[in-house]
Amino acid sequence: MSNKKVGAVLVVGGGVAGIQASLDLADSGFRVYLLDQSPSIGGVMAQLDKTFPTNDCSMCILSPKLVATGRHPNITIVTNAEITGLDGEAGDFKVKIKKRSRYVIEEKCNGCGICAQKCPVEAVDRFNEGLSNRNAVFVEYPQAVPLKYMIDREKCIGCGTCYEVCKAGAIKYDQKDSETTLNVGSIILAPGFEPFDARLKSEYGYGRFKNVVTSIEFERILSASGPYGGLVLRPSDGEIPKKIAFIQCVGSRDYQLGNTYCSAACCMYGMKEAVIAKEHTPSPLDATIFYMDMRAYGKEFDAYYERAQGEWGIRFVRSRVAGVTEDPRTGNLVIHYVENETPKTEEFDMIVLSIGMHPPKNIEKLASTLGVQLNKYKFCQTNTFAPTETSKPGIFVCGAFSAPKDIPESVAQASGAAAKAMEVIASERGTLVTAKEYPPERDVSKEEPRIGVFVCHCGINIGGVVNVPEVVEYAKKLPHVVYAEANVYTCSQDTQKLIKEKIQQNNLNRVIVASCTPRTHEPLFRETVQESGLNPYLFEMTNIRDQCSWVHMHEPKEATEKAKDLVRSIVAKAALLKPLKKPRINVTPVGLVIGGGVSGMTAALELARQGFEVHLVEREKELGGHLRSIHYLLEGNENPQERLKALINAVNENSKIHVYTETQVTEVSGFVGNFKSKLHQNNGEEKEIEHGVVIVATGAVEYKPTEYLYGKDPRVMTQHELEEKIANGQFKAKNIVMIQCVGARNDERPNCARVCCGQAIKNALKIKEKDPDAEVYVLYKDMRAYGFKEDHYREAATKGVLFVNYSDERKPQVVNDNGTLKVTFYEPIIGKEIEIEPDALVLSAATIPNPDNKRLAEMLKVPLTKDGFFLEAHMKLRPVDFATDGVFLCGMAHSPKYIDESIAQACAAAARATTILAKDTLEMEGIIANVSEDLCSGCRICEPICPYGAIEMKDKNGKLVAHVIEALCKGCGACGTACPTKAITMGHFTNEEILAQVRAALVEVKA
Amino acid sequence: MTERIGFEPKIIGFLCNWCSYAGADLAGVSRIQYPPNIRIIRVMCSGRIDPAFVLEAFKNGADGVLVAGCHLPSDCHYLSGNFKAARRIALLRKVLADFGIEPERLRLEWVSASEGDRFAAIVRDIVEEIRKLGPNPFKNKDGETQ
Repeated sequence: MSNKKVGAVLVVGGGVAGIQASLDLADSGFRVYLLDQSPSIGGVMAQLDKTFPTNDCSMCILSPKLVATGRHPNITIVTNAEITGLDGEAGDFKVKIKKRSRYVIEEKCNGCGICAQKCPVEAVDRFNEGLSNRNAVFVEYPQAVPLKYMIDREKCIGCGTCYEVCKAGAIKYDQKDSETTLNVGSIILAPGFEPFDARLKSEYGYGRFKNVVTSIEFERILSASGPYGGLVLRPSDGEIPKKIAFIQCVGSRDYQLGNTYCSAACCMYGMKEAVIAKEHTPSPLDATIFYMDMRAYGKEFDAYYERAQGEWGIRFVRSRVAGVTEDPRTGNLVIHYVENETPKTEEFDMIVLSIGMHPPKNIEKLASTLGVQLNKYKFCQTNTFAPTETSKPGIFVCGAFSAPKDIPESVAQASGAAAKAMEVIASERGTLVTAKEYPPERDVSKEEPRIGVFVCHCGINIGGVVNVPEVVEYAKKLPHVVYAEANVYTCSQDTQKLIKEKIQQNNLNRVIVASCTPRTHEPLFRETVQESGLNPYLFEMTNIRDQCSWVHMHEPKEATEKAKDLVRSIVAKAALLKPLKKPRINVTPVGLVIGGGVSGMTAALELARQGFEVHLVEREKELGGHLRSIHYLLEGNENPQERLKALINAVNENSKIHVYTETQVTEVSGFVGNFKSKLHQNNGEEKEIEHGVVIVATGAVEYKPTEYLYGKDPRVMTQHELEEKIANGQFKAKNIVMIQCVGARNDERPNCARVCCGQAIKNALKIKEKDPDAEVYVLYKDMRAYGFKEDHYREAATKGVLFVNYSDERKPQVVNDNGTLKVTFYEPIIGKEIEIEPDALVLSAATIPNPDNKRLAEMLKVPLTKDGFFLEAHMKLRPVDFATDGVFLCGMAHSPKYIDESIAQACAAAARATTILAKDTLEMEGIIANVSEDLCSGCRICEPICPYGAIEMKDKNGKLVAHVIEALCKGCGACGTACPTKAITMGHFTNEEILAQVRAALVEVKA
Repeated sequence: MTERIGFEPKIIGFLCNWCSYAGADLAGVSRIQYPPNIRIIRVMCSGRIDPAFVLEAFKNGADGVLVAGCHLPSDCHYLSGNFKAARRIALLRKVLADFGIEPERLRLEWVSASEGDRFAAIVRDIVEEIRKLGPNPFKNKDGETQ
């Protein structure tokens, strides 16, 4: 066995999961090869129009990550490539790669697109799902990374036009496929999924009826850069539909096709597509969703479901659709379905099939080349306690390839897989990487302001409401503006290149982007201006989307005027911008993990295995948290208690982990890289620790029901109490009723508690296993057995567990009638009230936030959701980060979840924390306070105003003056506001800048 | 398209970066509609908002000013900036009356990052209220909207 280890990782698949894993690895000191079989990265997320549950524009949130990946000095993107062989073992793999030719020299192509403009050949545009055409020389989509064109040799007629027009000399018709071998320490598989081929479900008419489209086609239809420019049109005649239907579970939960699992994301994306379709259609649009169970099980998903039914007026029909027929004269479609045992038909203008996720094409070949086991559906085989590990050491998995899942879970799992991949080669950190170099900074202090303004259409997100060309023309006339232009997407990689060119050509020394929110996009643009030799603080941004076009959708004239006001106001500020320096601070390479459940222990162990010291704090007497009450699993034969014991041992035996039980964190001060915390032990001992990051893993608790005689009748218990009884052999009941959604999905707690359906199925199966004659009823609103859990749901039904649907209008009734427990419920299939006298009533009680969350949130200065769980920085793409640097979250502190999901998130939090701990120093924000010693009167008013103690008084030639400790200043500006002599200026938010902004905003527009 | 007639108030909104600006973004992401009368100026913290900024806005013809920050007592990203804003704005409202500007034209509100609906409701409410109050008494005739 060789001991050689290589500090590089191969990531297979450039969708959002592969991108996230690559960024985490590269930011933690490892070289990354990101391989994709297509000509560009981005995966399915790049095709989506919007994302649930925030309705964020998919490209807008993905684009900064695409750009960051494309420009990262430690990531090499290998496109058009596939793996053909593997040698070696964990730590030292040799991977053979075959790279198909582009017929374009990547190093020479600058993505100008003139070749495609002149190409006379039309080919089917696969990125637009065949709904439009592209040329034979093409990029997949305008924001593609890398922005390198490619010739489709099957369509190319070899006319030579592109060769002639390409000024860069990049066209090479005789380019050959190439082979190469990569030497890496570990491998992450993120090949994603293949959308179900809807032709196989022939009764729905896809492929025969033009107005039946798949959900992924519909995403392209909704997209501003799609075939119809974001308008919802029927493919048959280009008419705007008035009535549209969505059919759920196409290619999922289907026993005839053998795809018995649930694809986990379709309920939410179906709802989202219905909502967005209504938004994109100028005339009223009726949208109906035909579904079996509405599986809105994720964080804040049920709130979205509520809005879809109420505010957005989507109609939901619980029914499996039998078939679709077409009226050939009109192209309209008739849906045949059964509702309440009655066959019905209804006509629609257009039908969208919510197609499921299938394993990637040719996955068996890749799996056998790599020696990785697949499950029976040909997804990657993993297990509950190792959700990112494949059967082969050194090879890890994330995203939809391990099981169908949505974006945030793919992203979390990707960071988790990155942690595991780093663990293998932790000793080689920093050996194969190079630091990012910027050109020397241009001195602009002697120059008059020369401002460039870039106004974003954001597809149609802005341009559909605001008259962007008018805003550009207006901007050109403003003082100091020497250049202005409009971009389809200002955030795309080609626009970054263009901004840099324009800075050079026009000698710009201030840059403004009028687009979306600086909260997400400012870092990207700052980097762009820095790459062209300008100080990053000579950049400003104004928000004409989230705070203009999106909130004034029906007032285009007023929105355009407002956009002009905002541009004028920010131009006035920009003229006054000054370069700022970013201070560097040291990092204490130590982690603090709060909470010693499965998530906290996993996170601590991961950090320790990366080589960092960890303090693990648990308020209870023992480690283990929620997992201590779990005795068996829904899937597999693993014994959770044994796994828990092993995990506790691993934590206790690891010399880098300091465990504090019966301890609470009572105070946290400092900032990223340099936190100081106080620990208070129950025995009265106090301890102060220093650390660079915090991971919040405080879990959640089971709701104690007040409903259904709980606490008043000993036969009524929660699922956890039932599990405890079964595990102890004390459960003898013969006739059991379970009621789902107790304390969840109600007015007080509108969201789903996610794990209770699985718990009920698990316990029902366990009861049946011990006593096949026992009668078990499960009364449910929607059985949310997502992913492969669907198989267990089916198994329970097959074994005779009776699942009965109830609605909020007809909830089950429970009474104690002279000592007899009676449950009455309505059985919708036979249409009758049924009364049962169970000897055990089991309530699936919600998982609710830890009551300590509020105190912790205030202490750490991080937000909570309305429900009281911790709120991450971004629901879709930053699932384990807080907006506050250096603070992370995982497990049930985030929202209710299963063990494997908690473990994946815990690893993810550790990976994200490692991106900080792996650095010796961190570059801080340059927006800090500055004292003019000449103006300072030494009055000391600012000193107590600063909440961080960042101001100290210093003696300066016998005069007392205030001094700012740069590393402690957080840039709030409170001191500057309080300073009576105006000696303190707040960088980037100076009095002059803000006053100029105020005045300019109020200059009346005189046409 | 809605045709607007009569007095259209101009409102300046000073929003803290962490809660209120994020709340305003959420209103957009959720497509919650509100009247287009507000011009938002982003500052890092409501504690940064100098009374001079507010006075400058009124001097230049703003019909109303909104100052918004993180909820009291403890949402503030900078620990206590919201308290500072609360005190300053309370005092400023008293001073405004001396200048002949109705204190109702200056609003202080707390909006969290998850309150897009609340932000939109506040803007609707302010616009409604200022509409009733009429134009800023300082505004010269040229500055009046059509």
